[in-house]
Amino acid sequence: MKETISFRLNGKPVTLNVEPDRKLLWVLRTDLGLTGTKYGCGTGLCGACTVVIEKEARRSCSVPIKDVNGKSVTTIEGLAKGDTLHPLQKAFVDLGAVQCGFCTPGMIMNAYALLLKNPKLTRARILEGMEQNLCRCAAHKRIVQAIESVSAQK
Amino acid sequence: MQDDISKTTQNSEATLYGRRDFLTLLGGGIIVFFPAVLETPAAQGPPKMGPGAATDFNAYLRIGEDGEVTVFSGKVELGQSNTTALAQMAAEELGVALESIRMIMGDTDLCPWDMGTFGSMSVRVYGAALRSAAAEAKAVLLQLASEQMGMPPSDLIADNGIIRVKSDKNRKLSYAQLAKGQRIIRKLEQKAGIKQPADFTVIGQSPARLDGKAKVTGAALFTGDLRFPGLLYARILRPPAHGASLKSVDTSSAEQMPGVVVVKEEGLIAVLHEDPETAEKALASVKAAFDEPSSPVDPETIFDHILQAAPKPQTQERKGDLAEGEKAAAAIFEAKYLNGYGAHASIETHTACARLEGEKMTVWISTQTPFPNQQEIARALKLAPQNVRVITPFVGGGFGGKSAALQALDAARLAKATGKPVQVSYNRAEEFFYDHFRPAAIVRIKSGLDGAGKICLWDYHVYYAGTRSAEQFYDVPHNLMSTYGGWMGDATKVHPFYIGAWRAPGSNINVFARESHIDTMAAHAKADPLEFRLRNTSDARMRRVLQTAAERFGYKASPGPSGRGYGIACAIDAGAYVAEIAEVKMDSGKVKVVRIVAVQDMGVVINPEGARMQMEGCIMMGLGYSLSEDIDFKGGRLFTSNFHNYSIPRFSWLPEIDAFLIRNDQLTAQGGGEPAIAPVGGAIANAIFDLSGIRLFQMPMTPERINKAKMAV
Repeated sequence: MKETISFRLNGKPVTLNVEPDRKLLWVLRTDLGLTGTKYGCGTGLCGACTVVIEKEARRSCSVPIKDVNGKSVTTIEGLAKGDTLHPLQKAFVDLGAVQCGFCTPGMIMNAYALLLKNPKLTRARILEGMEQNLCRCAAHKRIVQAIESVSAQK
Repeated sequence: MQDDISKTTQNSEATLYGRRDFLTLLGGGIIVFFPAVLETPAAQGPPKMGPGAATDFNAYLRIGEDGEVTVFSGKVELGQSNTTALAQMAAEELGVALESIRMIMGDTDLCPWDMGTFGSMSVRVYGAALRSAAAEAKAVLLQLASEQMGMPPSDLIADNGIIRVKSDKNRKLSYAQLAKGQRIIRKLEQKAGIKQPADFTVIGQSPARLDGKAKVTGAALFTGDLRFPGLLYARILRPPAHGASLKSVDTSSAEQMPGVVVVKEEGLIAVLHEDPETAEKALASVKAAFDEPSSPVDPETIFDHILQAAPKPQTQERKGDLAEGEKAAAAIFEAKYLNGYGAHASIETHTACARLEGEKMTVWISTQTPFPNQQEIARALKLAPQNVRVITPFVGGGFGGKSAALQALDAARLAKATGKPVQVSYNRAEEFFYDHFRPAAIVRIKSGLDGAGKICLWDYHVYYAGTRSAEQFYDVPHNLMSTYGGWMGDATKVHPFYIGAWRAPGSNINVFARESHIDTMAAHAKADPLEFRLRNTSDARMRRVLQTAAERFGYKASPGPSGRGYGIACAIDAGAYVAEIAEVKMDSGKVKVVRIVAVQDMGVVINPEGARMQMEGCIMMGLGYSLSEDIDFKGGRLFTSNFHNYSIPRFSWLPEIDAFLIRNDQLTAQGGGEPAIAPVGGAIANAIFDLSGIRLFQMPMTPERINKAKMAV
């Protein structure tokens, strides 16, 4: 049975008439055309589908759409302001934290949520906070450096 | 839709030009055709030709009438940033700004045939040819300018897309002015010399990767991100095990679900819907029974199985006489080294979208090999190859695993059956099930050490891993290398699943085995492992990477086991030399790699930051094959299904990594995407021995194996 679900997506109101148990990942990728959020494992093990709900990093492959009703959702498409990249996005490019780019949106969104909670992250907190995000190109060293560089700016 | 694709896929012209044959697209300007493999000693690699190969050229670059430079190449971007490095090579020789080069890659309608992107060959092999072609194009431009200006070419200078008179810089013609109204087609003759390293201005710099911004904003389109009107997402009925056959199937429930399309063909039962989750529900409603063959092989018994099934040996290297070597030996060392199956586990699963329009099948594939895939699809669907177009969007990691594209065959068949555009994207369990694993492999070594501590005998037998990085560089007078099956080809029948290339195929087990064995001999001789290696190799490039690594590490000589946890390994792969020194700690058999110093000599370095990124990625990824990644199975049934039971490296594993490039401009650019992964396992194994005296003979070196080996010490 379809339900009306309303939430804020990247700062703009959205109202959908959808099956309430559908996963946020697939609603974003199909109904809403936001394909920056990726499928990697389907069970919250890899972090490629990470979005920020309110101020929390969440695995959108495991979040039913009904859970975001009335809430605020930020995806990778919502970070840049026009042509101006978010400092995290800029740091990922400048410091070479991107290889194939498939885990990158989830990495950036997870780091974004970490910094929302704690603008000054120690290296140990970065490693701990990013632990459940997987990168097979193994760009970990530069991902940590990129997050550190933004944390230091705060 | 089409505009969206054109803006954000790696082959940005793909949809603008449509389906015309690339030869009709040339238009005016200056075009240089060139072979993707030059006939030079530096060009090592597999044979260049394959089905559908052009016999004289298979790449070209064009300076259009507007002065724009476009390089058309069958290579693809997998994350290794070859796009940026190749553009740098073209810009250097042509004398244009990097920004003015456009790379069109991996589109079978627009680009000439290419065998695929693997073997660390984009820069090393294709790039070398591209540089020559760009130099030739510049020579054509200089000749045109010479004719128009009435000056000999030697009095002219080309820079930043403009040719000027050396003595009067105000007399100038732009490449656009020179190309306008021309239609000059050249085949590369290699008459124009390429630049000397001292004159480089673009090569050797580290511009940011060209695809960076698209990848951090979510704008970069991967195959699964493509949307077409009427697109159906397919879920396919899968067997419970390799070798299982379908006994019965009932799709009646799925057929009653609104909007669900069911396709039943020979060997392909699929449910499709415009919403992927509904397609998933429809698949769950399909009832099927399979006959599953019983097979006893498991991760323990597989090694006996593959030894018994091994084909006859082939001699790959022979020097001296093994019997003489054995006579000269004061001590003999025999050991067997094992490695289980390994998965690629790219975060992007295998994906394809297919669309049939009239006679023309277009398939977008996450692939390393668009041209071989085009042939496979044409064969499977009985289409003329020119009626199959493969386009390669951004690829979310390959590592050797995305040459096989079974999902593309499924997508094409389903697009034909339904008349709709279809996407097939593996879920994670399918990704493991259909992965072409790095095969289980065995290395047996018998070696001898003479009274002076020199290696006098090396009898090397390798099963299912081939020769890569096994070629002898130690000074051994009596040497034999024999291979039994490789990592693909005939060996596929021996293994319970698909097998294939895995980043530096064969190198990882070969280097693990050799460097472990070298360390065993060093320990017996009570020699420091670095000193022992230097004593036994006169190869100047190898000595230099070893010595430089020791300096950067702050290595002090000591025979092993020293209790410090330092391990050395070195390798030659894809023309590059690498030495690595690891430092490890251990807690209850669990290894923590604290630090790795890696020193690489890869000849001329096109993009140093890009090259270091590849080294760092190799080292971090290498921790996984060394310590944890293992496939669990019984016969053709796979228990490994997701990241909870296939453990790949994570942030907490991150060691201090020092990736250092030795300057060697005397040598053309060598491989960079794979070499640094090869010594990781050997360096860690030797560090474990140095720390604890425990010698591991099997990768991954899990806590269970380490604790078991500890009991045996």
